[in-house]
Amino acid sequence: MIPSVRPSRLFTWSYRACVLAFFLYLIAPLTAAGVFAFNDSLFASMPWKGFTLDWFVGDTEPKIGLLHDNRLLKGLGVSFLVATMVSLASLLVGLTNAFLFERHWFPLKGLCYMLMIVPLVIPGVLLGISILVLASGIANYVENTFGYEPDFLRPGLPLVVLGQASFIITITSLVIAARLRKFDRTLEEAAFNLGASRTRVFLTITLPYIRPALIGAGLVAFLVSFENFNTTLFLVGSDAPLTVTMYDRMLKVGSTPVLNAVSLLLIVGSGALALVSVFVQLEKRRSPAPRAPRER
Amino acid sequence: MAYDLECERVRKRFGAFVAVDGVSFRIPRGSFFSILGPSGCGKTTLLRMIAGFETPSEGDILIKGRSVLALPPNRRNVKLVFQHLALFPMMNVEENIAYGLRCKGMAKGEIARRTADVLERVGLPDARRKDIGQLSGGQKQRIAIARCMVLDPDVLLLDEPLGALDLKLREHMKIELKMLQSRFGTTFLYITHDQSEALVMSDRVAVMNDGRFEQVGEPRELYHHPKTAFVAGFVGDSNRWPGRVLDRDPAGMRVETRSGLIFIADVTDGGIGKGDAVDVFVRPESIAVTRGEGAGGQDASGETNRRTGRIEGVLFNGANTRILVRTSTGDQIEADLPQGGAEANLGNGDPVTLTWKRTGAKCFARAGGTQAR
Amino acid sequence: MTRQHVRRLTLFMLLAPFLLWILLMIVLPHLGIFALSLREKVAPLVYTIGPKNYLDFLREPIYWNTLLRTASISILVTALTFLVGFPIAYYIAKIAGRRVKGALFLACLIPLWVSDLVRAYGWMILLRETGVVSSVLQWTGIVDGPVELLYNDATVVVGLVYTVVLFMIVPLASTLEGMDDSLIEAGYNLGGSGFTVMRRIVIPYAMPGIVAGSIIVFMLTAGSYLTPILLGGKNSMWFTEQIYEQFITRFNWESGATFGILLLLFTSLTVWLGLRLSGQSLATTVARSEA
Repeated sequence: MIPSVRPSRLFTWSYRACVLAFFLYLIAPLTAAGVFAFNDSLFASMPWKGFTLDWFVGDTEPKIGLLHDNRLLKGLGVSFLVATMVSLASLLVGLTNAFLFERHWFPLKGLCYMLMIVPLVIPGVLLGISILVLASGIANYVENTFGYEPDFLRPGLPLVVLGQASFIITITSLVIAARLRKFDRTLEEAAFNLGASRTRVFLTITLPYIRPALIGAGLVAFLVSFENFNTTLFLVGSDAPLTVTMYDRMLKVGSTPVLNAVSLLLIVGSGALALVSVFVQLEKRRSPAPRAPRER
Repeated sequence: MAYDLECERVRKRFGAFVAVDGVSFRIPRGSFFSILGPSGCGKTTLLRMIAGFETPSEGDILIKGRSVLALPPNRRNVKLVFQHLALFPMMNVEENIAYGLRCKGMAKGEIARRTADVLERVGLPDARRKDIGQLSGGQKQRIAIARCMVLDPDVLLLDEPLGALDLKLREHMKIELKMLQSRFGTTFLYITHDQSEALVMSDRVAVMNDGRFEQVGEPRELYHHPKTAFVAGFVGDSNRWPGRVLDRDPAGMRVETRSGLIFIADVTDGGIGKGDAVDVFVRPESIAVTRGEGAGGQDASGETNRRTGRIEGVLFNGANTRILVRTSTGDQIEADLPQGGAEANLGNGDPVTLTWKRTGAKCFARAGGTQAR
Repeated sequence: MTRQHVRRLTLFMLLAPFLLWILLMIVLPHLGIFALSLREKVAPLVYTIGPKNYLDFLREPIYWNTLLRTASISILVTALTFLVGFPIAYYIAKIAGRRVKGALFLACLIPLWVSDLVRAYGWMILLRETGVVSSVLQWTGIVDGPVELLYNDATVVVGLVYTVVLFMIVPLASTLEGMDDSLIEAGYNLGGSGFTVMRRIVIPYAMPGIVAGSIIVFMLTAGSYLTPILLGGKNSMWFTEQIYEQFITRFNWESGATFGILLLLFTSLTVWLGLRLSGQSLATTVARSEA
């Protein structure tokens, strides 16, 4: 049923209608969440009471806009901090993992590869509670034996970073490894042959080649971390990231459309980052990869 | 004589498999040396040992008279043109060429001067700012060579660099490579599985098979005086018949094929005696073709072989015409027709007489088949 | 230092971060909750090892009912997601023209990265009593008063499908994209009907993508927390909510750990079964689709 097979006109048009309906379904909730950020009402619901920017810039009760809502702003800051740390850590470990699995052989490699993928099929809630349990166990032990309270092992940002990184590392490893697999190693040999040192070969040949994957993996890691909820929920201490702050607010009766303002911000922000990562991918596809088969 | 590259009993084992089996050779300064062999014969391994990407299990490699075994690949002054060229896609032409000079820590002005100079010499003075993707296949070849030549290597290694090109361009690049080599005066070591590349370009050719050198010599010598059955079969086209020696005298021998075809052939190996299993090779161009059955039957006495048969196929390829002849004994013989001669218009089914001199038929002990005498 | 030494040293330097990560952040923590799930409190600060927590789970119908309910809804959502996602993925990969294809792909990728929270919130605004759909229905006169469309199972299912459908479409579309059109043409050319071509050629070809998409979708659904609670209400009977309840509200870590292990067992078993039935492996499906 491809165009060259010439399906009937009725079929074609009804198919198109279904696809259209699907995309409407896809954007409807996002549009609703975004549009009500501009509703001049205390509640994010009908009826429409006119256009306002108060939910972004308002600074008087009850219309406290996003820019003056300290808790949300703090959550945003915390999320940025966590996402930055998680993506840096995941990139670093992802890079070493990619080289480990693409360039080296060692005993039990197959098992280790499976272990590397497994975090993707563990529910996020479990990653959260398991790290919580282990960290608390160690913390209790240290406290009881040495009389010293290791705060970083109690729920808080260090644990949030660890919990998120535990599965984001898998994503970055797979993305970087896929790019490294397509690398033509004779380029490295050519550089050696032309007199370059090991470090120089890595910096001038290998790294530039995998850079698009590093950027892509970094963006994905940042987004996944920024939006993570399930793992974070169990590890969070007094400083809550944005998603947890928003969730608490959402459960309260009478939350104001400032939540829609944040939602719109998140939609635009993650959409923009997703676009950037798509363009990085396109860039990657365009740069010639000698001998490499088509990108999947 | 000064040698740029010498290999002494170089051997390379991968586990139980011996890829290169005690190869020794010397390449005189400034010459074009080729290693010709089928894929898997060990020629690439040999090349990679010379470049330093593999370590020989035994033997020694000397460049300009000094052993280089202890030197890592980035410290050897032998440069390699890779099979797929390995031009760096993330750099433009100029950066590719300057790469090795930068590694040496050369001053910027000097790098620019040398880069421009080498581009001039390979005939691409305007390509400096181009991206690798913008170059044609032939231009890429020349940039890959320039990238090595700018470093003034002792030996330039070339690993089947013409393999990926289409036929027309490949023919052109053969000539171009030969010209570049004589212009630079650098020693070239070229490996290929394409006998025409090796014959056209080289001063000397080594034919390699199963990790060993079968024969080393000038192209003409290999073609006309092969020393082994492998060389006779691999270099140039040949008719080939397995047979058995009927009798021999100092001048030649008579061989009978399984189908009963009898030949007189030149002896190339003194060790062959009566009753041995042999292969007989006859080049299509050494067979003379005349129209008609003539005396009929076959004759294999004195200095000449004569056969009759009918044409089964005519293969025209421009420069010459090859005919496939089925003899009365059922064997198929390939022969070339002289260009524009009286026989040029022969067609399918026509009866012909084929004759060739004893010296046109080479006889070798069959590989692994010298049966009990 | 010889080349051998350099290689060995590099291997160790690359193995160290991998092992630290996989052991300290994945393997040990899971062994930890498993151990915790076997711990029984006999008196304050006195513990023994035993299966009591698991027996408690079996004895309390509300617990295992919640797990069964989570399981069946997750499988239903996975099936629905495939039914919705496959035609869309097929349209994007095989029917749309070059430009439309790019646009549709982007239209899928951008919401893919929008947080679950925002998506669920969008549905709340559409479906709640004072929401958009209710108002539209009243305005058109289909209903007399406000209708509450939230807090029922159908909404939860629609919301879950919405949250995960792109994770089905994206791997499927890229698998189908890699399929040569001439395979389909050959199928028709040799006399196949649209149905046989689909069943014999397209679906087998897309199997790794289908399995990958299904596994991801299933895992995301079974492990989801926000969508069932926000759209289904506080008493939506979702298993992850039980875990949260035990851990955070009741501070009963032993029983929370037990529930966690049970959820892990259930999802691993389902994923394993899915892989066995389709003849795929994790490495050929999930690993590839993520990259």
